[in-house]
Amino acid sequence: MNKLELSSLYQLTMARFRLFLREPEAIFWIFIFPILLAMGLGIAFRNRPADVLQVGATTVQLTHALAADKGLTAATMNETEGTHELATGQILLLAIQRADGVAYKYDDTNPDARTARLLADRAIQAAAGRKDAVQAGNELVHETGARYIDFVVPGLLGLNLMGSAMWGLGFAIVEARQKKLLKRLVASPMPKWQYLASFLISRLTMQSIEVAFFLGFAKIAFGVPFRGSLWQLGLLCLMTSLAFSALGLLVSTRAKTMEAVSGLMNLVMLPMWILSGVFFSATRFPAVIQPIVRALPLTAAIEAMRGNMLQGTGLGQMMMQVGLLLAWFVVPFAISLRIFRWR
Amino acid sequence: MSDGVGLAEARARVVAPGNGPSLLLRGVRKAFADVQAVDGLDLEVPRGECFGLLGPNGAGKTTTIEICEGLTAPDEGTVEVLGLHWRTGANELRQRIGIQLQETQFPEKLTVEETLRMFRSFFKHGIPVDESIKTAQLEEKRKSRVGGLSGGQKQRLAMACALVGDPELLFLDEPTTGLDPQARRHLWDLVDELKQAGRTIILTTHYMDEAEQLCDRVAIMDHGKVIALGTPQQLIGTVGGEDIVEFAVSGVDPHAHGIVDAAPLLAIEGVQSHRVDAGLHQLSVSELHRAVPRIFAELKEQGLHLSEFRTHSASLEDVFVQLTGRNLRDE
Repeated sequence: MNKLELSSLYQLTMARFRLFLREPEAIFWIFIFPILLAMGLGIAFRNRPADVLQVGATTVQLTHALAADKGLTAATMNETEGTHELATGQILLLAIQRADGVAYKYDDTNPDARTARLLADRAIQAAAGRKDAVQAGNELVHETGARYIDFVVPGLLGLNLMGSAMWGLGFAIVEARQKKLLKRLVASPMPKWQYLASFLISRLTMQSIEVAFFLGFAKIAFGVPFRGSLWQLGLLCLMTSLAFSALGLLVSTRAKTMEAVSGLMNLVMLPMWILSGVFFSATRFPAVIQPIVRALPLTAAIEAMRGNMLQGTGLGQMMMQVGLLLAWFVVPFAISLRIFRWR
Repeated sequence: MSDGVGLAEARARVVAPGNGPSLLLRGVRKAFADVQAVDGLDLEVPRGECFGLLGPNGAGKTTTIEICEGLTAPDEGTVEVLGLHWRTGANELRQRIGIQLQETQFPEKLTVEETLRMFRSFFKHGIPVDESIKTAQLEEKRKSRVGGLSGGQKQRLAMACALVGDPELLFLDEPTTGLDPQARRHLWDLVDELKQAGRTIILTTHYMDEAEQLCDRVAIMDHGKVIALGTPQQLIGTVGGEDIVEFAVSGVDPHAHGIVDAAPLLAIEGVQSHRVDAGLHQLSVSELHRAVPRIFAELKEQGLHLSEFRTHSASLEDVFVQLTGRNLRDE
């Protein structure tokens, strides 16, 4: 045997790789899933024209007037049908011809319906002969970096790093505990830190592949911008991975069954799925809960990644997020080492 | 056994540093919640001995062996393994002992060889992985995944994992529980081979035949205490006879009451003791060939009709029954 084969850290890490790659599901999660996700996003967001809003009108003249606006498509229907279509969301607005003019029926809490109201009124007034007091023209801007896909890719990256780090660590550790393998390992002279380190090393390696795959696809398929330095982005991914690995470790320190650890995982991750600004900005939550929202590791990770990718902000200007991520690594890891149950 | 050269070398390695006992327990106690699992245990196992802890489930065997292995801390008492203490010498001790635990499940998707290479890497000194595979007779399964092994093969893998560090002292916790008779014999051969190589072995079992077969000395445990200690022959000797006669009677003769009068039976030469358990009478007997005709005669004299009659050589089971009034596998 050569020197490397006699190294316990090497053997433990290789065991982790082997166990991971011999699970057929692992291949799915690491290679297929990011592509499917990105393809789904591609269908949803790629080359989508400006929204055309569906509206209805009770007379043919109104329909013609509405259809003259490029932002609207209009159909003629009676008021009963129109009300039903409004209720089922098939149209956003119904223009009703009344004796004394036109009435618009729409939901004013829906932003699209409010837009439809403005467009519809403009079209109907123009058809009735209103002239613009000021001549106005449009200069359209489609800036990369300001699109939704640009916003959501860093969010999905953070989400992916969180999920794979926590599941990868938590499940494997609880399984080993349940099967009394942990007990057998501590009965041997294995250095305990190396067991945990082997998880971190294998996870970081696997995650580098996942991240490269996913970001590469986002770059090629959508032209998502990378304005900050790539090594700083890499460092951010590393810190995110470490923070969630530590959290995964903490969640699995005491759990004895798979059911228990699954429940705990969901308890920890669910609030972050909702609050951390993966799909929409976390600033939308009320000011009272903002301190909590901003202290979550996923919020910090996603904010920093967005800063790096979209604005090109350097790590130096994001010390708060970096500090939070490091704290989320050090504190759970230290607690885990103290309370870890080996048997 | 096979490959004498490797084993001779192993013996030389293992026996050389011997002085003082391999294992020394003094006044060890351990309670879990309200159960006193180990209740004041004193044991001393010299180097090179194969020592067995025999007892029913729940007797405290596993707790005892895990205290010796440094996996459980005793509430009271001292534990000395290879002259070292767990509190101060744990790292060195882990390098020098080999452990096989009850019900360890190794990762199913690693192969036998990968598993052993991993365990070998934990030890500074040890035997080559190939040698451990050969000793455990797993050559054909070297490249097989652990998930595809039979129960006996998994158990031999556990033994191989305990052996890769070339341990001076080997702990085996119920090594054959749950195995079929053939796999048990196979494992016994392996233990016997290790014993011949001069390793100190401490094993727990609730099979008396296993203890008789493998152990130089046996401690019989019950309720956390050692209730008997000695070589299997010494312990069996305490039953008072080499053989056990078991019989049951039905009183068909109207003059008798169907009740055995034990005193005349005990008066027969060679009959050492008598006990009744659920209608089954047991006599411990020496010189079976002389005693049996007299027992028959005596029972006939008492007007009793035999419905069952058998004899067997006294075993550790009988020792346990005599000491506790219970059978080993009564739960």
